[in-house]
Amino acid sequence: MKKLTLPLTKEDVKELRAGESVSITGVILTARDCAHKRLITLLEEKKPLPFEIKDAVIYYAGPCPAKPDTASGSCGPTTSARMESFAPALLDLGLGAIIGKGEMNGETREALKRNSAVYFAAIGGAGALYGLSIKSSKCIAFDDLLSEAVYRLEVEDFPAIVAYDCYGGSIY
Amino acid sequence: MRKINTSLLEEKIYDMVLRAGVSITPSCLDAMNFACEIEGNEAARFALETLIDNAHVAKTENMPVCQDTGLAVVMLEIGQEVFLEGKPLKEAVNAGVRRAYADGYFRKSVCDPLTRKNTGDNTPAVIHTEIIDGDKINITFLPKGFGSENMSRLYMLKPAQGVEGIIGSIVETVKLAGSRPCPPVCIGVGIGGSFDTCAYLAKKALTREIGTYNQRADVAEIEREALRRINGLNIGCQGFHGDTTALSVACEWAYTHIAGLPVAVNVQCHCVRCEKEVL
Repeated sequence: MKKLTLPLTKEDVKELRAGESVSITGVILTARDCAHKRLITLLEEKKPLPFEIKDAVIYYAGPCPAKPDTASGSCGPTTSARMESFAPALLDLGLGAIIGKGEMNGETREALKRNSAVYFAAIGGAGALYGLSIKSSKCIAFDDLLSEAVYRLEVEDFPAIVAYDCYGGSIY
Repeated sequence: MRKINTSLLEEKIYDMVLRAGVSITPSCLDAMNFACEIEGNEAARFALETLIDNAHVAKTENMPVCQDTGLAVVMLEIGQEVFLEGKPLKEAVNAGVRRAYADGYFRKSVCDPLTRKNTGDNTPAVIHTEIIDGDKINITFLPKGFGSENMSRLYMLKPAQGVEGIIGSIVETVKLAGSRPCPPVCIGVGIGGSFDTCAYLAKKALTREIGTYNQRADVAEIEREALRRINGLNIGCQGFHGDTTALSVACEWAYTHIAGLPVAVNVQCHCVRCEKEVL
């Protein structure tokens, strides 16, 4: 299993091939349906996003609440297809990688190619394991959305598979 | 007549919700272990091993198996000799659900369909009640994740489409869902009834133990044949291809109208969490 440390450089991304299993360490940001809608609205209104999008890694996930003295509750990936109408715009702004589960549409795959970005599939349903790989969690935007807010997660040895590489290769 | 205070029901439901959230049913875990043993695809086997590992970790750490702790579906079969006293039934069920989702640190995933505003406590639950013989209450709790629920379909077939139409609808649903519902999936199917009862039967079928077949031979044959064809689709665990796309197909049936053949296909991911109790 290849070990990856975030942020990824374009050279790192160019070495990844669909089907390869990886273990990710670094900072990732959660965002799902409602958060994406708000991000896109901000862009349409030409307002700044609440975090730096360039080279960021967005994780399609909504965690369970953390128990006292733990960094996070269970936190596996959610279905990426629901975010595919938002993904190309964010990739064109420099989003470096996406983590989610399941297939995404052709436009997203083109945007990954165009921007030398990568899509990792986390294992859907492995919420407890992913929760334990999170070392710290902090809500950084849209806290009224509860589990759908944007959380900044520090993850260690987060297992995933390269689902779409930057050459158009696909595991699906 | 047997008097049952709804506070007893509330406590039962509270316990069931807490248990369900952190554990896959034994029959589902058995099916996952079997799928892992026979899997020939490397990426799919990696995913299956991760998921089996996750199920053990969830239990030992008392953490939700999946962060989507679901829409709370509660099915109550209430004996007609039962007299319910205490707070109203729906209030009692929702109170049990509310407390368990808070105390278990489960995710609250219920929202208004239009404003999308989260209710904050995972209520209201979806409550189905049926009146049955006797003086007991059969309680089933199924926390239903929506990655899989979203992939469900309802068909109003023509009677002429028959058994082949039913099997085709089941297989098509799984094929269209592809990698999205966290395969390997478990499929609940309702055959017959009306538009609404058919969907309810499909949900009910999901509460059946995996590896069991319908008592009616021709229905069991539909289950076997649909499962065989689904596992020939090569979608595999997480959509990584491989030998197991579904762990089970369970069908329930009801009498229908001479003009129709409703078929509801309810998709459930590999993370089957279901608790049953009798009060």
